[in-house]
Amino acid sequence: MNRYLPLVLISLGILAFATLFLVIAPGIQIAQRAVSEGLRPYTEQEARGRAQYVSLGCVYCHSQQPRSPDQAPDGERGWGRPAVAGDYVFDRPHQLGTMRTGPDLLNVGARLPSASWQLTHLYQPRAIFPWSIMPAYPYLFEKKAKAAEGDTVVVLPNGVGPADGGVIVARPEALDLAAYLLSLDRTYPVPANSLRDDGFARRGASS
Amino acid sequence: MLITMGLLLALSFVVSLLALTFLIWAIATRQFALDRAQAKTVFGKEAAEPDTDGTHLFDTTGIDRVSARPVRLLILGAIFWLLLASAFGVIASLKLHWPDWLNQAAPLTFGRMRALHLNLVTYGWLSQIGIACMYWILPRIFRTQLRSPQLAVIGFWLWNIGVTLGAVTFAWGWTDGEEWLEFAWQFDMLLVLAGVFFVVPLVRTARAREVDHIYVTGWYFLAAMVWFPCLFFIANFPGIHYGVEEATVNWWFAHNVLGLWLTPLGVGTAYYFIPKIIGKPIYSYSLSLIGFWGLALFYSQVGIHHLIGGPLPTWVVTLSIVHSMMMFIPVIAVAINQHVTVARNTWALRESLPLRFIAFGAVMYTLASFQGSIEALRSVNTITHFTHYTVGHAHLGAYAFVSIVMFGAAYHIMPRMVGREFAYPGLIRLHFWLVVLGFAIYFFALTIGGVLQGLAMLDATRSFAESVMVTKPYLEARSVGGTMMALGHVVFAANIIGILRAPRRALQPQSSVPAE
Repeated sequence: MNRYLPLVLISLGILAFATLFLVIAPGIQIAQRAVSEGLRPYTEQEARGRAQYVSLGCVYCHSQQPRSPDQAPDGERGWGRPAVAGDYVFDRPHQLGTMRTGPDLLNVGARLPSASWQLTHLYQPRAIFPWSIMPAYPYLFEKKAKAAEGDTVVVLPNGVGPADGGVIVARPEALDLAAYLLSLDRTYPVPANSLRDDGFARRGASS
Repeated sequence: MLITMGLLLALSFVVSLLALTFLIWAIATRQFALDRAQAKTVFGKEAAEPDTDGTHLFDTTGIDRVSARPVRLLILGAIFWLLLASAFGVIASLKLHWPDWLNQAAPLTFGRMRALHLNLVTYGWLSQIGIACMYWILPRIFRTQLRSPQLAVIGFWLWNIGVTLGAVTFAWGWTDGEEWLEFAWQFDMLLVLAGVFFVVPLVRTARAREVDHIYVTGWYFLAAMVWFPCLFFIANFPGIHYGVEEATVNWWFAHNVLGLWLTPLGVGTAYYFIPKIIGKPIYSYSLSLIGFWGLALFYSQVGIHHLIGGPLPTWVVTLSIVHSMMMFIPVIAVAINQHVTVARNTWALRESLPLRFIAFGAVMYTLASFQGSIEALRSVNTITHFTHYTVGHAHLGAYAFVSIVMFGAAYHIMPRMVGREFAYPGLIRLHFWLVVLGFAIYFFALTIGGVLQGLAMLDATRSFAESVMVTKPYLEARSVGGTMMALGHVVFAANIIGILRAPRRALQPQSSVPAE
């Protein structure tokens, strides 16, 4: 090959071709589907909590895309029904994730619906699961000698809380994050024209 | 829906027709008739001679002297980010088995450390060292000095300002929130702008070249330097994508950064240095055509294999799996060319320390690609997806292949750029063994741990906790391997800074003292 321009133009053409197939075509197809009925936009507090989730990098250990029972026992673990494209229309940025160092969280609000549990777990995961390797997030909380009016006190087992008898209260960031986690609930029924990768569907049992 | 699909098929038909027309034109005008004489473009005007340690000529043509300023800056910038990124990588690795260590502030949390590691390795280290190789190699294969080198220096500063601002603001919580695209898009646009400053001098040099044929390395480099700015601009452009569609953009980009940016940098660099060091042209020059165009056609469409089993159309997942399998073709083509050339000249591995790095990295490219293709199969992916296995695979590609090729390239370039030898070749050997052994521990730990983790997760009778606990010893082993790699990088930095700071001697046109 001895010509600069053809080389570059064909290279760009091939990239455009790939973009058409991987981005534009699926984009058109996804956009044609209606929003899943039962999915509601995030409230302001949940959206703030989602921003915390994004900026703390929760996605590097937690996926948000339960697989189908044909492929993996995600449903049996309580992670929810197989996710479909319509479940994510309010998600900017998306947090589908590619790791499960921790469990899938798309339905964590349905599976673990207690804000108090979530706060304890965020303050010190090992207070609940000794085997957990999740980071603790002490900076989302603050230590006080005594809880003030309106403070949310974190329930902690003996030995985890402050040694000198103070209390741990949740900062607004922690409350927002817990609100977002509780909002993660896609247990509503799947819309009729839902879209997902059916490549694992068993023969004769197309979904 | 029917209309959309019909439109797509029609489009793909038209594109195939165009491609066919181009091929006929190319063959008719002998664009594709590659022969051995063209393969020898790599050697410059002189006869083909080995270019091993201690035998090199210091800039006989005046070409290297012009390239030297941007190349020196880019190598130093790359090493700076490599050291920092390695530290973040080791910290992130340790945090996975010491979860209560360094938890006092948000910038120290695992999620930030891990993403800083990835972004600084990709944009700080690999991109810059790759661009340095472009600036060193392209003027040589075009046999003319670099045009507008001052633009490259501006590009260097813009790029590093962009990476610095992106990293610092990310550490404090400003992020776009997608893997591989974490840095705020405002700073990413600075990187795109820097890319323009990098590309213009190279395009001007290409157009002013004093040799008719563009050597294979040039194809990879010239294509990569238009691919990357386009990819990076489209993927970072704000406000268009959301939900699942954004996920397809995310993985279209993230895999193309490997396939259409880092891989061409690594493969192109190996294609230049292997024959150059050995002093013989590559095994089959026409085979390199299949390697290049196959990479462009197939690698650009594999990204959605990161979302197998996910909430997006079945056909696009299947398309990416098919193209992942097709990648065997270009990879085997490159493998035959590069490995046969080295295997027939094993003497050169004894004579040249840089070639050890480059040849090792080239073999890792073959292995990483084979592994990646197989990993894309639905049956295999079901086990390995969502596990540490994928992290091991990513490091086989980005580290054992691209980074190690780049170490070799830097070791080959530096003596020729500054006109003196490395004072302590033993330290280069130490670097080699630290990173190779460290990487072996790293890779096998994550591969075995990842498979065990995946099998535990697929077994409904075992609790999720088991899939975490089973990985712990392997995560600890990974920290050991990763620390060895990071120590190797410190030795690398010491070697490069050492040769730059060594007292200047009178330039010797030809050294007769072998380096080892």
